[in-house]
Amino acid sequence: MWKWLHPYAKGEATYRLLGAWLPWLSALAALFVAVGLGWGLFYAPPDYQQGDSYRIIFIHVPAAMFSMGAYTGMAIAALIALVWQIRTAEWAIAAIAPVGAVLTFVALFTGAVWGKPMWGTWWEWDARLTSELILLFLYIGVLALYYAFNDARTGAKAAAILALVGVVNVPIIHFSVYWWNSLHQGATITKFEKPSMPVEMLTPLLISIAGFLFLTAALVTQRLRNEILKQELHRPWAQQQLGVEAEHGV
Amino acid sequence: MNNASTWQLLSAIMRRDLAVALRRRSDIINPLLFVVIVVTLFPLAVGPGPDILGRIATGVIWVAALLSALLGSERLFRDDFLDGNLEQLVLLPAPLPVLALGKISVHWLLSGLPLVILAPLCALLLKLPIDAWGILMLTLLIGTPMLSAMTAVGAALTVSLGRGGALLSLLLLPLFIPLLIFAAAAVESTLVGTSAYGHVLLLAGLMLLTLTLAPLAVAAAIRVSVN
Repeated sequence: MWKWLHPYAKGEATYRLLGAWLPWLSALAALFVAVGLGWGLFYAPPDYQQGDSYRIIFIHVPAAMFSMGAYTGMAIAALIALVWQIRTAEWAIAAIAPVGAVLTFVALFTGAVWGKPMWGTWWEWDARLTSELILLFLYIGVLALYYAFNDARTGAKAAAILALVGVVNVPIIHFSVYWWNSLHQGATITKFEKPSMPVEMLTPLLISIAGFLFLTAALVTQRLRNEILKQELHRPWAQQQLGVEAEHGV
Repeated sequence: MNNASTWQLLSAIMRRDLAVALRRRSDIINPLLFVVIVVTLFPLAVGPGPDILGRIATGVIWVAALLSALLGSERLFRDDFLDGNLEQLVLLPAPLPVLALGKISVHWLLSGLPLVILAPLCALLLKLPIDAWGILMLTLLIGTPMLSAMTAVGAALTVSLGRGGALLSLLLLPLFIPLLIFAAAAVESTLVGTSAYGHVLLLAGLMLLTLTLAPLAVAAAIRVSVN
């Protein structure tokens, strides 16, 4: 396995591999997001209680899922970067973090928009909302630390350590916020669990989730390619690559 | 090198840190004054009624403690980084996490412990019912070592930046949230007359976990920073 993986520690090999994946990921993302959201927003039946406003679930749930998934991915990249000192993994942190932060923001924003008609308030100190907000702060912290140093390598390593410290803390924060919530207020809003969904709603939701997965992967892939190119700019292959792309007008 | 020399090095470093810190007393006293002043501002802002103040007292004291921990964090590694002592620390023939734990302990001794002693004064100013003073001090006693350890992680990460203040608060404050929640819950449950036992035990568990893992993170961060 190591023999197979080894070449991808080098920027160029990873760049080409990601380049081969990118069209597929983008196409799948476009297809699944279009089908999932189109079906969900226009054709799925309205909810018997929430009417049409439940439809934001088709954006909200996938965004929330992959806001956490992206953090896991970032933490794995951080571990690889620290243990095996692989630079591509360091750049992956910078590639994943903004995508994850935006997904977290989208989840929070759609949650607020959904909360206004349903709960009558934009924001509630619900456990789920609070931990999602803290997740956003953690992302911002990693990003801020990553770009705070003049030396990119130091910044990447510091951010990797912070990402790992964060990943130890995420379950603790999550758990403590849940408990805090149950202490300070009754379960007014936590009755949020989906009453087992009818299949006409579940199918577009699952398609949308798959779409967001591919979308996240495609965005991270593109960002990682850019980051590799930026960091390897002094190397011949990168200059050649840029020259080639300039000729083709890409 | 055998075990004895690790302990000798550790105690030498702790004694040195203590001596250096005690010669610059304003660095120790200013964060404490900060806590007292923040606590003083709250009655002026929300009104001096005991019903309001008693409700928010724990939260105010704990938030002030978190902020003062950030203020005092520079002392941990900044001077050592500037004069090259931090590099010597890395080169010492002793495990860096152990030495980091030593520095964290000294930092706690001079920032956390005084805060515990100061807590009754703050509780008095904020009219916290006297039954809850003991538990407030207990949560501070358990919580401030955690505070010092987490602050050390942040300080070690940002030590080479120079202008790390605002960044440090961005990194650390989200991580302090569980501490804040459990400490406030412990005092709260004493105030309403139920047992705070569970919260205190959880807090103690978190402290042990932090003191176990944070020195490793501090060591890794120091190695990155002196690179």
